[in-house]
Amino acid sequence: MKVVNNLTHSIDGMGIMKGRKAFTDDFAEKDTLIVKVMRSPYAYARILKIDDSEARKLAGIEMVLTHKDFKRIPFTRAGQGYPEPSPHDKFVLDEYVRYIGDEVLAVVGRSDEICDKALSLIKVEYEVLEPVLDFETAKDNPIVIHPENEIHEMFDIGFKPKRNIAASYAMEIGDVKKTLSECDYVIKETFYTQAQAHVMLEPHTVNARMDYQNRLCIYSATQTPFHVRRIISQGLEIPLSKIRVIKPRVGGGFGGKQAIHGEMLVAYVTYKTNKPAKMIYSRKEVFESSYSRHPMRIEMTLGADKNGKLKAINCEGLSDTGAYGEHALTVFMVTGSKVLPLYNKVDSVRFAGDIVYTNHTPAGAFRGYGAIQGNFALESAVDILCEKMKMDPILFRQINMMKEKETSPIFAIMGEGTAGTAMIMETCKLEECIEKGMDLIGWKDKYPRIESKDKIKSVGMAIAMQGSGIPYIDMGSATIKLNDDGFYNLMVGATEIGQGSDTVLTQIAAEELMTTVDKVVIYSSDTDLTPFDVGAYASSTTYISGNAVWKAAKELKKQMIVEAARILKTEIENIDFDGKTFTNEISNEKITLVDLSNQITYSHEQKQLQVTSSYVGHKSPPPFMAGFIEIEIDKATYEIDILNYVSVVDCGTTINPMLAKGQVDGAIVQGLGMAHFEEVIYGANGKLISSDLLNYKIPTRLDIKKLTTVFVDSYEETGPFGAKSVGEIGIDTPPAALANAVANALGIRITSLPITSEKIFKEIRRINDEK
Amino acid sequence: MKINLKINGQSRQFLIEPNEYLLDVLRRNDYLSVRRGCDNTSCGVCTVLIDNKPVPSCSVLAARCENKEITTVEGIETEVEKLAKYFGELGADQCGYCNPSMALTVYSLKLENRNANIEEVKEYLVGNLCRCTGYVAQHEAIMKYLGDES
Amino acid sequence: MEVKELIRAKDALEAYTLLNEFKGSKVMAGGAWMKLSVKSVDKLILLDDLNLDYIKEENEFLEIGAMTSLRTIEMHPAIKSMNSGILAKAIKSIMGVQVRNIATIGGSVMGRFAFSDLLGALLVLDCRLYFHDLQEITVFDFLQMPKVPSDILLNIKIKKTAGKGYFHKVSKTHLDFSLLNIAITKNELFRIAIGSRPQTATLAINTANFLNSQSEINEETIKKAVEIACDEIKVSTNLRASKEYREVLLKTYLTRGLEEVIK
Repeated sequence: MKVVNNLTHSIDGMGIMKGRKAFTDDFAEKDTLIVKVMRSPYAYARILKIDDSEARKLAGIEMVLTHKDFKRIPFTRAGQGYPEPSPHDKFVLDEYVRYIGDEVLAVVGRSDEICDKALSLIKVEYEVLEPVLDFETAKDNPIVIHPENEIHEMFDIGFKPKRNIAASYAMEIGDVKKTLSECDYVIKETFYTQAQAHVMLEPHTVNARMDYQNRLCIYSATQTPFHVRRIISQGLEIPLSKIRVIKPRVGGGFGGKQAIHGEMLVAYVTYKTNKPAKMIYSRKEVFESSYSRHPMRIEMTLGADKNGKLKAINCEGLSDTGAYGEHALTVFMVTGSKVLPLYNKVDSVRFAGDIVYTNHTPAGAFRGYGAIQGNFALESAVDILCEKMKMDPILFRQINMMKEKETSPIFAIMGEGTAGTAMIMETCKLEECIEKGMDLIGWKDKYPRIESKDKIKSVGMAIAMQGSGIPYIDMGSATIKLNDDGFYNLMVGATEIGQGSDTVLTQIAAEELMTTVDKVVIYSSDTDLTPFDVGAYASSTTYISGNAVWKAAKELKKQMIVEAARILKTEIENIDFDGKTFTNEISNEKITLVDLSNQITYSHEQKQLQVTSSYVGHKSPPPFMAGFIEIEIDKATYEIDILNYVSVVDCGTTINPMLAKGQVDGAIVQGLGMAHFEEVIYGANGKLISSDLLNYKIPTRLDIKKLTTVFVDSYEETGPFGAKSVGEIGIDTPPAALANAVANALGIRITSLPITSEKIFKEIRRINDEK
Repeated sequence: MKINLKINGQSRQFLIEPNEYLLDVLRRNDYLSVRRGCDNTSCGVCTVLIDNKPVPSCSVLAARCENKEITTVEGIETEVEKLAKYFGELGADQCGYCNPSMALTVYSLKLENRNANIEEVKEYLVGNLCRCTGYVAQHEAIMKYLGDES
Repeated sequence: MEVKELIRAKDALEAYTLLNEFKGSKVMAGGAWMKLSVKSVDKLILLDDLNLDYIKEENEFLEIGAMTSLRTIEMHPAIKSMNSGILAKAIKSIMGVQVRNIATIGGSVMGRFAFSDLLGALLVLDCRLYFHDLQEITVFDFLQMPKVPSDILLNIKIKKTAGKGYFHKVSKTHLDFSLLNIAITKNELFRIAIGSRPQTATLAINTANFLNSQSEINEETIKKAVEIACDEIKVSTNLRASKEYREVLLKTYLTRGLEEVIK
């Protein structure tokens, strides 16, 4: 392979660093209306009266929008396959506000300042209601967060709003209770995870205008342009054909842009007024009024026999979806489906739980998407079990974990919102990942700990798996066009959001067409110009969209050979193509690609060669990894220094090894954020206090000492050039690896995230007080 | 009120409000490489150079920049080309939303301390947050850039 | 932040007069964080034309103009060397270079921020503030004033000292505010300041007095000093840390700091 799995610079890095116009707000119209939202000061309230008379009189105020302006059409903001497995429980504006930061109304004016002024002049009377802030008491609470009748599920997801349940799920293989009763060792522990914030550096941004064909043209910083178009059409009853959504460069997403945010209001304003409009979320709005990761409580019970064989897993979860149910069911299911199959040799496994509403900032999609929560619980629990059994935790994993050519019955049962797809692990290099990781971290010398005067060094580890798209649901497509002068256009619906998909997809096309990346010009994500793609989520782009590109490139190559055979007067079997020249192998006559493309464009039997192919996965081959952390803990203050994080990853072929490493590095640091740094703080009234970057601390470059990221050789037959996904797998292991390292250092077990120094201090003090 | 700014070597006059921040004035006048990240000096995305020193333009009143020399990434194009090449080589590119601000900060570090070691690089850039890359590849690229005598 | 009028004061007197004559007027120093706490100002007074951006080195003193940026200060060779560079260390731990390029020492002092890393370092250095009206006052006395005076800070004079110094800040990330900070100098005498308790930095006077009365500082006396400090310095709970955890931090880093400065 010449292009794939070789050093290829990102195709756009130079222009992006030069500051060329690229991101959504760079394309906002000069003279645009500004849309600003009044946010609820109450965690739960009913709007009784809105007095906007003074604001409306203000020069420069175009409109004030309240819930009375909108037809009551419930929808979900989640950008997912349609019909969505998320409840349709949201209105553009509603008479109820369900969390501090929820939308009360919107003002539309000629400048930010005028809008702010207008907002200060509007008086809203509320009936303040008692909120539900503790997700553990939400279910069947007498306070109902969604009393309205219009809301509904699209198919059975266990939606019971009168009980504050957004969705429920349960499955059991074997008889867990019975198996556990037969086990020599059983441990049970409850874990808690926090509502991590995405903190993509580009805030949610959208702008719209009516184009010269009188169509609504929206630029949106989104991961899912086609879903945005559909949701706007449904929510505002604008014909789909009247809407164009363009996704320019996106400044990071991590799942945070897998939903609509300001799009609905901005689209409405432009459609109604025929004037351009735009909205940029303030950083506070990004924190408080978009969505976070689902906080969860996970009760994990493991049972093993005396030989160290894991026999049963019982995983009971409770997930907090906040005020609205975006991705509620699917995130929760991933907590089971992309975690529990790691230990596929159990006799029984059960996974069940509810996803409940509370009056907190909603939760939604976030890299890892349930897996990081489940992984923290399972991989912590495994070490707890080993501690009880006095068994080496690595040996335990080696005995019990998934191996190549094996499967898990969970795959067939659990999909995302629906039943799953059975599959065999054609590639699973976990054993190698563990071995290599042990070497790289120096496990044998450092496990469990090395003590010095003031500090303890220790190591911890965890293994993880993810998926590669959602089988039979996620679809990606690609169009490749041959131009005169022999270069190609590649049009994809796949959504570059900074992860490098434009580069990776270009490489796949270039490799198959035996050319160089500069001869393939990619354009991604424009609902008018590119073919459909579900978007950037579920670790699907390289595998699903990449396969679509590969297919299209192969088909275009065939068509070019047909043309070459015609020109060189032979059969297609006799044509050899090396990327630049077609040769008739019998007569040795040749024609260059440049000449062929010029000929069919301008002179003989003219035609446009263009192929569109699409791809739907029939399986979702999981990438696997082993993560190892080395830390140093202060013996007095329990401050933690993260010295090194070793990631050994099996993601199949790395189409772009450097960008793949970047995906893992970035995910590890984001995972370390969740594991250690990122505290989510709510006030007693339900207000998110950690709602800016002064109070919500993501890891800085000084906090990351060393990352060691390597890939093992692996080739997934169904992936493009052997690739699996790599976008999410990196985020899963840090929480459990850190918890395990802390346990190895201090002999105490922290079961809630983030694992802060103060939490360790308090746990040690609690244990000492008990003694 | 009117102010005179020298941006990337070019003197220009702007009509501004007294409370306008440099970030807003620059974006309003099509210096779109300067971007909004956090609104409160915490992220570094809005960095521009004033008299060759990196500052958060989200928190500098434009009115105070009268006659100051402001540099955005368009003003250091040849330096950016070098740095971007190393970013490409080391796989340090991801979303790039912060890359112009990164380039400006790295450039000012080079002016101040060309021989900076990796710890000094980290200290100098700690105000430039990145949520994509995990930082490591950036540091490798920056070290190569600083060592590039061309 | 709403600003009705922006005034570049010609001299300290004009700034002082405007500040005291008009309700709703405010002085902007570096302006790094003003918009976080101030919604609206009638007259925003700028000191940019007062020539207060300087560091003057005299025989016994360093004089720092109030409008000197934190970054300029931390880079100054005399400050880098004074008392183990304690002031430079404290400043370096504040946010990123960008913020320190605009934040001024005057703004940082007048803000009297509870989380300030700078104030502790100033407290343990022999330094005085010079105001337009108030004239001369020590940092300690300034921090004791019930209200920030309606005055114009002109400069800060720091006596050059050659003893040892220690500064340590505990924070969640390198861009976070302190959970606690500790500044110690040992010249002829010990001075110790504890900040971000979460209340504003203060001197541990009894602790220092005890140490200063000892003929020899050893493990025992340090232990005793730490006990006195824990008794003397009130720490409490806020969102960043609990009282109990702050007590541990105080104990640990005061011990380590004292061990370091007596080396």
